[in-house]
Amino acid sequence: MRFLRQAGTIAVKDLKAELRTKEAINASLSFALVILLLFSFAFDPTAEQTREISGGLLWLVFAFAGALILNRSFSREQANDCLDILVASPVSGAALFIGKAVANAILILAVEVVCLPVFGVFYNITWTKRPWWLLLVLVLATWGLTVIGTMFSALTVNLRLRELMLPVLVYPMMIPSLMAAMQLTTLLIAGEPVTGEDIVWLRLLIGFDIIFTALGIGLVETVLVN
Amino acid sequence: MGTRNKLIYLLAALGGLLVIRNLYVILLQFPDEAAQGAIYRIMFFHVPCWFICFTAFLAAGVASILYLWKRRMVFDNVAVSAVEIGVVFTATGLVTGSIWARVIWGIWWTWDPRLTWAFITLLVYLGYLMLRRAIDDPTERAKNSAVLCIFAFVSVVITYKAIDWWRTQHPGAVLSFRTGGGNIEPAWEMMLLWNFLALGLIAAAVLLIRLNQEQVRREVDGLRRRVHEL
Repeated sequence: MRFLRQAGTIAVKDLKAELRTKEAINASLSFALVILLLFSFAFDPTAEQTREISGGLLWLVFAFAGALILNRSFSREQANDCLDILVASPVSGAALFIGKAVANAILILAVEVVCLPVFGVFYNITWTKRPWWLLLVLVLATWGLTVIGTMFSALTVNLRLRELMLPVLVYPMMIPSLMAAMQLTTLLIAGEPVTGEDIVWLRLLIGFDIIFTALGIGLVETVLVN
Repeated sequence: MGTRNKLIYLLAALGGLLVIRNLYVILLQFPDEAAQGAIYRIMFFHVPCWFICFTAFLAAGVASILYLWKRRMVFDNVAVSAVEIGVVFTATGLVTGSIWARVIWGIWWTWDPRLTWAFITLLVYLGYLMLRRAIDDPTERAKNSAVLCIFAFVSVVITYKAIDWWRTQHPGAVLSFRTGGGNIEPAWEMMLLWNFLALGLIAAAVLLIRLNQEQVRREVDGLRRRVHEL
């Protein structure tokens, strides 16, 4: 109970700080729109194939735009030595990690919810055929990306080349979740049910969420405490 | 010559001799395979390379856990040495696999789950080596790279299990301990294991050389810091 309250406090703190400055979310949202625009030059937007690769496109946008939010997660605490105070406070490392991950996940989900309709309009795609399933995949995959991103944000917070190192480390690790999310999203946007062989992707998505959350909770204290 | 150096020479000599003996049997005594012709022989190096890569990454993961537990630098030395060996053998495995694929499939590469995951594993561990270069403080470097090494091992497990989880173009398991036997000529299976031993001995020799280097590097770093203090 105490753990959840602490994690909640951290999440609320991060969300408030972000909503007051809107630094990361504005950058992330505009970047997402820029990528959506850039894709239109890469192929013919009206082509029928768009639907077939829609899952891949969307998750590339989400992963690139989300990284901007994740990048800021721990580095924002560096000003005025906030991170040292947070680590020294009675809040456990795991609660700090979960709180930050929840805040990041909410911010990235917000970017995704804005991007989906824009994507639908730009590329003439009806994405609302299975809204609840799509929401489930969005939440599960976003959580997967977020725990990895938050963990690696903590891992690289003190690095000289942080902005350069984070993408190199984080994208390969995100691939399990991204791959499953891309497959499922493509299916759901086409309006097909998730059955038979495709269930394996949902299992993978949930499995990786559990594995990476457990690893993050277990190891974050080691990373943060010097 | 210290005991460790003697051990290095011994391991390297044994490994080298065994490779020569294995090459003799593979190239001159084994007949061509009925369907694949001569190219199947590359498997006697391809498969053991991956065994060594998995073993090296497992060793690095265990060493990383031990480092976080005991905080002794020797475990960090083992981890980085094992990862470097793993990366070299991963690259060798990818190259030998590509050569085989060019002959049998007609293409160098396909985005099959097993191949994709092997490539991801290579990228993840290259990221590990890059992270190490980006951190100056030795304790901080050891700690953070140990955490990354534990995360990275997930990709090794997925690569290993990919042929069971997905229907892959990459051939399925051949060794008896995974299939229950019957998928491969017993003499060939023995040769895979012999070559695993041969390459393993060479890898062990390289690991010991790298451990020596890491120790010396740490001593030099320590001396340099003392000079700066003066």
